[in-house]
Amino acid sequence: MKRIKTLETRNLCESAKKGCGECQTSCQSACKTSCGVANQKCEN
Amino acid sequence: MVHQYKLNGYNIVLDTCSGSVHSVDEVAYDMIEGFENIDKEVLINSLLEKYAGRDDVSRSELEDCYDDICELRDAGKLFTPNNYEDMAGTFKERSGDVIKALCLHVAHTCNLTCSYCFAAQGKYNGDRGLMSFEVGKRALDFLVEHSGKRVNLEVDFFGGEPLMNFDVVKQIVAYARSIEKEKHKNFRFTLTTNGMLIDDDVIDFANKEMSNVVLSLDGRKEINDRLRVDYKGRGSYDVIVPKFQKLVKARGGKNYYMRGTFTHANPDFTNDVFHMADLGFTELSMEPVVGKPEDEASLTPEDIEIVKQQYEILAKDMLRREREGKPITFYHYMLDLKGGPCIYKRISGCGVGTEYMAVTPWGDLYPCHQFVGDEKYKLGDIFNGINNEALRDDFRSCNAYAREECRDCWAQLYCSGGCAANGYHASGSIKGIYKPGCELFKKRIECAVMMRVCEEEEGLSNKEDLNE
Repeated sequence: MKRIKTLETRNLCESAKKGCGECQTSCQSACKTSCGVANQKCEN
Repeated sequence: MVHQYKLNGYNIVLDTCSGSVHSVDEVAYDMIEGFENIDKEVLINSLLEKYAGRDDVSRSELEDCYDDICELRDAGKLFTPNNYEDMAGTFKERSGDVIKALCLHVAHTCNLTCSYCFAAQGKYNGDRGLMSFEVGKRALDFLVEHSGKRVNLEVDFFGGEPLMNFDVVKQIVAYARSIEKEKHKNFRFTLTTNGMLIDDDVIDFANKEMSNVVLSLDGRKEINDRLRVDYKGRGSYDVIVPKFQKLVKARGGKNYYMRGTFTHANPDFTNDVFHMADLGFTELSMEPVVGKPEDEASLTPEDIEIVKQQYEILAKDMLRREREGKPITFYHYMLDLKGGPCIYKRISGCGVGTEYMAVTPWGDLYPCHQFVGDEKYKLGDIFNGINNEALRDDFRSCNAYAREECRDCWAQLYCSGGCAANGYHASGSIKGIYKPGCELFKKRIECAVMMRVCEEEEGLSNKEDLNE
């Protein structure tokens, strides 16, 4: 039986190969007080 | 690094350095927990003993599970080593002196006098003042000049209360639109407002030009009006709520955030989130107050424990709303597992003092809005550029690996080392940490990941997917 279910995610090791910097500055998004880099989206 | 936790009936395993998320049963959960430090035979025997009497736990079943874990490890989805430290700083070095975002303080004055305001009622412990169009225009030119090849440039109209200088805001936006084609730039404007001066002109303008608006409301009337008052001590709730509702309706219910602050008076902040949902708002952000520990409004250690429970209550209630087809968004639970930030962004953080800066009404530059008014953090000005390179270098070296306390933390690549301003205000150093903030951040990430797992298990589409 399958005991482990793996969700589809962006692989961070792969992302190291290809940092464009076009994504939104996290502090401009909503909170202005507690940085939420993890809450950002890649825009590329 | 692997982080395991149980929440809302799910056994969740995060492989933090690959970004992988696994939902497992309790047997696999225990096996993963012992996998790196316990011999295979010893581990299997201990699990056979623990789960004796269960039909689905046999030696061959456990060996299959062990093999699955090995496969995931070999595929780079489990026990992925943290090999990114050498990359820390390279993104900022590669970016050179690129600046892509400005927080424009168009008004160092406010028509409310909220006692918990980190900006000291909009004056930032200095003089009142409004930004002139000339300063605003120069700020945009400065941004374009320093933006390198970046196309997307962000400008937030901030204060104080930016709508107290609305004519200049309109002029600045018109100027930006007049140059963006020639300069090959895309300006994205945002507005952070307390709502008191919203009228039909503001609504029309904001809905045409602002890619996002941040609307300050603390939730329930008695909570909001306790601290968000005008100079005569009158609460703002009855004035701003109808204005916000009108603005949001005119925006089609998109591209806005209701942004509240919770304090020692309301660590049960989910009631304020739900109240805003009852008012018809669906895009919500509720943040812990920023202040000194001795401040009356600051959260106590007891409050922090309550808030952590509240985050769980909120996540479960949001899932209920999704099932009922009436989802709401909570900013910190927006976690896009498939299209989130790359490793460079995760390591380098928010860009404070490097690619993101705040501009005062007089054109002075600070690392971000939370450093404005602290003279030793002045970077320079928009007329003569950066003249405090040592300070900028200090911020350039501010990354996920800059803090010793973060080295063994599973959330390192989610928070990027945390907020430099929070760290500074808590410890006196931008490379310090704000421990209560860390605790709350980790709880929020655990809740957000749990929501994605639940959505996957139940076939729910989270609101983010629906918006795409």
